[in-house]
Amino acid sequence: MNLLQKAQQTLLEPAGLTENHLEKILHQVLGYTIDYADLYFQSMDHESWFLEDGIVKDGSYSVDRGVGVRASSGEKTGFAYSDDILLPALESASHAARSIAKHGGDGKVMAWQKNESRQLYVPENPLVAICDSDKVALLRRLDQYARSLDPRVIQVFVSLSGSHETVMVMASDGTLGADVRPLVRLNVRVIVEHQGRREQGSSGGGGRFDYDYFLQGKHAEHYVEEAVRQGLLNLEAINAPAGTMPVVLGPGWPGVLLHEAVGHGLEGDFNRKGTSAFTGRVGEQVATSVCTVVDDGTLEKRRGSLNMDDEGVSTECTVLIENGILKGYMQDKMNARLMGVASTGNGRRESYAHLPMPRMTNTYMLAGEHEPGDIIASVDKGLYAVNFGGGQVDITSGKFVFSASEAYLIENGKVTTPVKGATLIGNGPEVLMDVSMVGNDLALDQGVGVCGKDGQSVPVGVGQPTLKVDSLTVGGTEG
Amino acid sequence: MTNQVTHLKKALTTQQDELTQLVRDVLQQATSQGATAAAVSASRYTGYELSVRLGDVETLEYNEDKGFGISVYFGQRKGSASTTDTRPDAIANCVAKACEFARFTEEDPCAGLADSDQMAQNYPDLDLCHPWDLTPEQAISLGKECEAIALAQDKRIHNSEGVTISTHHGVCVYGNSHGFIGGYPTSRHDMSCVLLAKDSQGMQRDYDYTTSRIPKELCSIETLAKTAATRTVQRLSGRRLKTRKSPVIFRADVARGLLSHFIGAIEGSSIYRKSSFLVDCLGSDVFASHITLHEAPHLPGAIGSAPFDGEGVRTTPREIVKDGRLQNYILGSYSARKLGMQTTGNAGGIHNLFINAHKDCPLEQLLKEMDTGLFVTEVMGQGINLVTGDYSRGAAGFWVENGEIQYPVEEITIAGNLSDMYKNLQAVANDVDCRGNIKSGSILLEEMTVAGY
Repeated sequence: MNLLQKAQQTLLEPAGLTENHLEKILHQVLGYTIDYADLYFQSMDHESWFLEDGIVKDGSYSVDRGVGVRASSGEKTGFAYSDDILLPALESASHAARSIAKHGGDGKVMAWQKNESRQLYVPENPLVAICDSDKVALLRRLDQYARSLDPRVIQVFVSLSGSHETVMVMASDGTLGADVRPLVRLNVRVIVEHQGRREQGSSGGGGRFDYDYFLQGKHAEHYVEEAVRQGLLNLEAINAPAGTMPVVLGPGWPGVLLHEAVGHGLEGDFNRKGTSAFTGRVGEQVATSVCTVVDDGTLEKRRGSLNMDDEGVSTECTVLIENGILKGYMQDKMNARLMGVASTGNGRRESYAHLPMPRMTNTYMLAGEHEPGDIIASVDKGLYAVNFGGGQVDITSGKFVFSASEAYLIENGKVTTPVKGATLIGNGPEVLMDVSMVGNDLALDQGVGVCGKDGQSVPVGVGQPTLKVDSLTVGGTEG
Repeated sequence: MTNQVTHLKKALTTQQDELTQLVRDVLQQATSQGATAAAVSASRYTGYELSVRLGDVETLEYNEDKGFGISVYFGQRKGSASTTDTRPDAIANCVAKACEFARFTEEDPCAGLADSDQMAQNYPDLDLCHPWDLTPEQAISLGKECEAIALAQDKRIHNSEGVTISTHHGVCVYGNSHGFIGGYPTSRHDMSCVLLAKDSQGMQRDYDYTTSRIPKELCSIETLAKTAATRTVQRLSGRRLKTRKSPVIFRADVARGLLSHFIGAIEGSSIYRKSSFLVDCLGSDVFASHITLHEAPHLPGAIGSAPFDGEGVRTTPREIVKDGRLQNYILGSYSARKLGMQTTGNAGGIHNLFINAHKDCPLEQLLKEMDTGLFVTEVMGQGINLVTGDYSRGAAGFWVENGEIQYPVEEITIAGNLSDMYKNLQAVANDVDCRGNIKSGSILLEEMTVAGY
């Protein structure tokens, strides 16, 4: 069975709906002032298991099913949704969605183009890959492992979660696509205590595969070791410096820099509306020539990857910045149409109850030529940051922040004392102009990223090689 | 009250009756599947959100959100499930899943419902539901008018992210196997205006919003437009600061965030997990001695009000900090049991927190009191570590000298430790921002590290 058949079986058959019904609905939506209409069906089963105090205290399960109906006319969008996937509910949602336009007219639905996209991940239910008692046993084992690593570990929290999502998109432009998306995640957090001082450490990972991944190759144990290592390191950390200095960012997760500093500012909606600090700058130099940044939704099994986006467009590897030159934006259908370009497969939505918009998938910088050791050795006095919490950006002023959770001083070309977490702040359109060295050690993150925009959360990935920013403001307390 | 509003309220009463029956039925189902205790919540909210940008409708979104959740206990083992699909077979499936999960979770001596003698019998009607009979057409003209006023305020305002108006109302019902079932309707209305301005130094964006359960208590579109315009233009040509120590004022809306970290740090789960810098601080000085924080859950019509908490426990007004000293944690029944205490009726969070403002201290007076320092109007990022209290965030605002605003500042960070920050809180102005659950005036702190160039 292909993805479309699977999706129809999950989403339409229980309600007795057929493609013909849906085509009729789309016809009803299309008035003479409607350019585009689509139906988005979604079914999502999600579970999570949580351990603390050495016991698995809670397991929870959720089921969300529904359909969103959207109608667009120029820059106007009407939208309604229903958690009943039934014909009367669809008709009433369609009526509401088209209320932005005038009645009458006879829009045509284009001939169906069934999108038989590739399979970047296995379309099976990841929740049933191992049985519930094995999930509980895994969590317990990780708890015991964490406590066995060091007596200073006083609290251990482990959570395991997974989802199985089926989506189907039908649009007036002839799009008929489906996707079945597995996603799992494991997180470990520890509290460590020594001589009255308490600190925390955390780690985790996941992706579009099943729970078996955590059992194979000691991935789960690795997260535990990382969390404990980080917690113990923080016990030794001194106050972070305050002020502007050279900053070397480690490979992988520190790529959150790119997500905040340039990623959001290159989303099509902001640029169409002229609200981004990058608006109108395609073709200009926005980074040093050693920087090439892409958004790639086509990586196998990655957390941010999708066979197709939530508008039924196949994801792509979109070059955002090439050798320092701004090449283009990430687009969904609406913004692409209004800007006269093609969608880049970045139209994503949190659920059927949310409108799609341009969102990132996996955003990373390509490898450069420097040895990571040489990059650190080039800094006389600065900061080496290897792990981060979240970040935020004001896309209009370009100011962005991201918060280090593991960082060290660099003194005379050597990594020395660990420092407490601190927020780093910079200006998106300027920061990549200060990148002077890029390492040959490209790595992607372990698969825990969540991106928020306009109140909608979607899973994403980031990555980068080790890189040096000549000047960035570090928000510590030591002046 | 218009006919339309009367009609909406009547429909909500019917929905509340339906959800109450649903909760009752499901509790029965759970018990018949062997659960020794169960708790069920169900809700339904409807409304719409409209945005207008550059003089035309941008989006019109109709919302209809149904929620259903169940927790079951088999002795000391717990399972839970939720769904947005409220058809009978989906609900039955949900109950079965919760029961199935409870077979795999482990015995937890503290698990269970709140004690039955804590249930909110005869809870008050807090007047939380005031549906708005605003049609989308009326909302469109309101939005257009608001944006037009805003765009006309200053020629440097060259673009807009639009005006958004939303109105929602609905009901929530909670019940558990102690026999408690309670519910009440609520409403919420919001308007916001987001603008962009430009000068030779670049673009800036800022906004204002108003929110209330009661339509007539929203601020006027003129006030909204003018505040948004002033804030946006004032940010233009921001400068950086030299790295330094400085006194800092958090504007009222930002001060609310500062207090929310305190609440996070005294929540029962943070305490029993030893994940807070305020572990073992009950009875000790956590704020400057002139500070009192109190919770007022029964304010009629207020955003944070609730007659009972997420476990059916009666909410009660109380002091959380008195004369700088921590009086209570924020507890639900689970964290209370973990700590050997009584629930404070805060399962699901706090209900209207107030900090005592200094009555005769408007913001201008607070700026004078600071004399020279940083006035923060925006913070960015998540650089708050509640385990240690370490605080480091991006900031924007104004540099103040001789009690007067000198120029806008941006691309700086402010850092300190929350424990010191709360203890060194100098004064609270009377410009109280009541839009959220935490209500505060602007706050002056003695000193933080400001990082810039």
